[in-house]
Amino acid sequence: MTNTWQDIKNANVVVVMGGNAAEAHPCGFKWVIEAKIENGAKLVVVDPRFTRTAAVADYYAPIRPGTDIAFLNGVIHYLLEKDAIQHEYVRAYTNASLIVKEGFDFQDGLFSGYNEEKHSYDKSSWDYELDKDGYAQSDDTWQNPRCVINLLKQHVSRYTPEMVSRICGTPQDKFLHVCELFASTAAPDKAMTSLFALGWTQHSVGSQNIRNMAMVQLLLGNIGVAGGGMNALRGHSNIQGLTDVGLLSNLLPGYMNLPVDKETSLDEYMRTKQFKPLRPGQTSYWQNYRKFFVSLQKALWGDAASKDNDWAYDWLPKLDVPLYDVIKAFEMMDQGQMGGYICQGFNPLQAFPDRGKIRRSLSKLKFLVTMDPLDTETSRFWQDFGPQNPAKSAEIQTEVFQLPTTCFAEENGSLVNSARWLQWHWKAADAPGDAKSDIWIMTGLFQRLRELYRKEGGAFPDPVLGLTWKYTDPHEPDPEELAKEMNGRALTDLVDPATNTVATKAGTLLDAFAQLRDDGSTSSGCWIFTGCFTEKGNQMARRDATDPREQGIAPNWAWAWPANRRILYNRASADPDGKPWNPAKPVISWNGSKWVGVDVPDYGPTVKPSDGVGPFIMNAEGMGRLFARDMMGDGPFPEHYEPLESPVENVLHPKVSSNPVARVFPNDRASFGSPKNFPYVATTYRLTEHFHYWTKHALINAVLQPEEFIEIGEALAKEKGIEQGGWVKVSSKRGEVICKAYVTKRIKPMTVDGKPTHVIGVPIHWGFTGQARKGYGANTLTPSVGDANTQTPEFKAFLVNVERTAAPAA
Amino acid sequence: MSDLQSQDYVRRSATTMTPPMARSHEDQVAKLIDVSRCIGCKACQSACMEWNDLRPEIGHFEGSYENPADLGPSVWTLMKFAEHENEQGNLEWLIRKDGCMHCEDPGCLKACPAPGAIVQYANGIVDFISDKCIGCGYCVKGCPFNIPRISKQDHKSYKCTLCSDRVAVGLEPACVKACPTGAIMFGSKADMQHQAKERIVELKSRGFDNAGLYDPQEVGGTHVMYVLHHADRPSLYSGLPDKPRISATVDLWKGFIKPLGLAGIALAALAGFFHWISAGPNEVTEEDEAEGERVLREGEEKVS
Repeated sequence: MTNTWQDIKNANVVVVMGGNAAEAHPCGFKWVIEAKIENGAKLVVVDPRFTRTAAVADYYAPIRPGTDIAFLNGVIHYLLEKDAIQHEYVRAYTNASLIVKEGFDFQDGLFSGYNEEKHSYDKSSWDYELDKDGYAQSDDTWQNPRCVINLLKQHVSRYTPEMVSRICGTPQDKFLHVCELFASTAAPDKAMTSLFALGWTQHSVGSQNIRNMAMVQLLLGNIGVAGGGMNALRGHSNIQGLTDVGLLSNLLPGYMNLPVDKETSLDEYMRTKQFKPLRPGQTSYWQNYRKFFVSLQKALWGDAASKDNDWAYDWLPKLDVPLYDVIKAFEMMDQGQMGGYICQGFNPLQAFPDRGKIRRSLSKLKFLVTMDPLDTETSRFWQDFGPQNPAKSAEIQTEVFQLPTTCFAEENGSLVNSARWLQWHWKAADAPGDAKSDIWIMTGLFQRLRELYRKEGGAFPDPVLGLTWKYTDPHEPDPEELAKEMNGRALTDLVDPATNTVATKAGTLLDAFAQLRDDGSTSSGCWIFTGCFTEKGNQMARRDATDPREQGIAPNWAWAWPANRRILYNRASADPDGKPWNPAKPVISWNGSKWVGVDVPDYGPTVKPSDGVGPFIMNAEGMGRLFARDMMGDGPFPEHYEPLESPVENVLHPKVSSNPVARVFPNDRASFGSPKNFPYVATTYRLTEHFHYWTKHALINAVLQPEEFIEIGEALAKEKGIEQGGWVKVSSKRGEVICKAYVTKRIKPMTVDGKPTHVIGVPIHWGFTGQARKGYGANTLTPSVGDANTQTPEFKAFLVNVERTAAPAA
Repeated sequence: MSDLQSQDYVRRSATTMTPPMARSHEDQVAKLIDVSRCIGCKACQSACMEWNDLRPEIGHFEGSYENPADLGPSVWTLMKFAEHENEQGNLEWLIRKDGCMHCEDPGCLKACPAPGAIVQYANGIVDFISDKCIGCGYCVKGCPFNIPRISKQDHKSYKCTLCSDRVAVGLEPACVKACPTGAIMFGSKADMQHQAKERIVELKSRGFDNAGLYDPQEVGGTHVMYVLHHADRPSLYSGLPDKPRISATVDLWKGFIKPLGLAGIALAALAGFFHWISAGPNEVTEEDEAEGERVLREGEEKVS
């Protein structure tokens, strides 16, 4: 979230699109209700189904799964056409006026630089025209046809209300009403918040879905302000923390990149990291990258990381391919290229696409280690549970080590929530049976591996032997010790060059990442967390709910990264002169000598408004990007591409129907179905009663939603002779699910390109372990397709058939 | 189920003994359910099971989000989901938490032949005192909202207690505490009526011209009230009675008790008791119903 849960109450319009906040985030949803009751907010829901969120919405519009970009580009078309944008904001704070390089182009569904063989783009033309000093050229009059705003206008000109309706199946009047509600927040003192979740990410165009709404929000002046923002509601406890500490195959902690093969030296690696400002005088915060990186190396390897060995740069693994995401990992398993798999807090047999492929791949492993508080399906993939898991145990040679772990209530630690708060939690109970903390298990593995390296050497023992491990208990480091290591400390006395006195003594915990240095005198395991555990104590454990102005900031409750800032880009909450756009809900303002307000400024604290430093200081041009330069894999503007499995071809460019750079392995392409055999659009989702595949292990949750079902509209049910609560077989090219049907008015056929299109809803929660009734699992049906940027699988739009069937034998 | 004591009673079933009214100074309480902010998450159902230690069986999917399929001896509250197409052709998903309404004039208490098995406290809560229940099922018949259910295990009647144990020590009912959107509120009945008024003004401003409070006077008002967007048509909400009425038979039953006095009550109770002894305690069978009808007919004849 750019903003916070509490801040939702400040919104005038709340749009839930690409998510179902009431269903999946019922506790946080209280702030939407608060916005409605206390702030008169309008709640708008755009979703293929009439959801629990829609049940309390002021306005609902249906949309065909996988067409959000057509809808949102249509919104941009509307806003530009009606001139319903916040002009001053767009001119001052976005890259609307910057001039795009000659050579950038978009033709028939492809941006310039496409390489058909590699399914990827050469992105060199996706940039600004630079002047002789290397600064981006601009035209503040917007007369130059190569201005971002003019290229954007041209790009979205195809997305007329007629076209939106033709692609999305949304009736034109409903689409236009949603546009009007959005446009009402273009007023400087009005804000709209966008709440989204996996309804946007789980598409082959997932990242662009989100970017598209971010562009709408920039045009409306809704980023950085109270009640605005792009608010990703995270689907797992601490999944925000997972990405923050870089538990992805191509990342390091704090959103730094793991080096790739061709970056053979630290200098080579740094070349693409220290973004030179693209406008004169602009702050480009990533210029501090080296300080964060060296401090991380010092946290990992201590004294062994020195200036002489480039801070142990060579000890970091280097990627030989862009990344090893989970889709890739299972492809490698299936190809026999990956023999062992440590599966920590993850249940891929339920969670990952094409369940048959997952089961087959796990069966080819030599060993599988699972670490989980629950008896997961993945741990039992080898066992025959009947049609829900038809494993041939005798033929599977995989050795499975099932390690029970503690759950959050059985250990101290911190969780990072959607609003980037690190909240400390305390152990409430002892773990049952033999369960051990993840820290204990990982430490045990590490100590044994290191012992083997010590004894036997091996090809490259240095990174393992050199790892710093100075914990009080080397066999189970204390969570507080680990938190302090993440925070970072001074390794030598830090001298303030201005006064030439010692500002921070050696050994002191640091207060802020601004103290980090690239000379090896500081360490920090995750620079964005610096400040969470200081000499003043554990800031994550703070529980003071005092809230100045009652705007939902509560700065002394827990601790938010970065720098305890609650609203990102909050400089944009004030106009270029430093006066709040909305005087009733100011976040920060310029008092003549510094920035003051309820939140920590996302800006130099004494940088004068007249200096003209752009508010988006993590971007080299300091501006919000309507044109993404080369940051996206699939284009600097979002473009509508059909899902890989779609009932219709792309009416905009039939030859490039789906995302040309989506992550698809050739073997998986063979398991895509066609609308001829699989005529209905399916989409998967959560229900409030369950949390993923965990709570079916809990009796009360199993009582509240006991059994697998799909949702189907009345018209299609009638056509197929399917009765309320009757049995159906839902099949895709990859597998079939036999379960009950919920015939509902909440899903209606949509008219797409003149043809009726039916949607089948597939809740995800059932498997074959736990207390609820056995189910096949939605991922039996889903295709193995990844988003072009994040590789998140396309669970939200694929093709199935549905038929009435007899009840299975009891 | 009560943790309260007889000095809290203002009414007891099947007895003309005057309760001591020692707590009549207490405020009447009420739970207010604002259906317009309910998201049907079932946190209330879950909290009810947790607090009251109830664990119904794992059922089946029955063609609705309603689970378990019905109220029961272990299901004291249940989210009900109704798909309604309005006059504009737009869908409304009307979600209502169902359970005991705690009537000011409780049909169950009136119908109950077992002395002291159903009581009403000074704070308005209607509670079942299980060890005095004879399992006859008249409360089921007497309830205009179809709430009590007889257990097949111990042949006693059960329903929501409005967490009388929690309320007695100054806590809100478990469902109120668990509700994430503040759709369930609890306090004095007067405060809740005031709250409701504010909500209704807000709903009217959003175009729900018929928004209103459901506090039906046919049963003297209730201690569980709803804010409805369509207060003119309560039955849209999974059959909430438009005009709840205690069945005529129960009124007759009360009508003949009073003139006949204690003897009649004792006889009736005995009839129930002997039936229980001889036929065994069961859920309300047709036999029970017939027996009840017979007793009532006799009473009717005697009265006339």
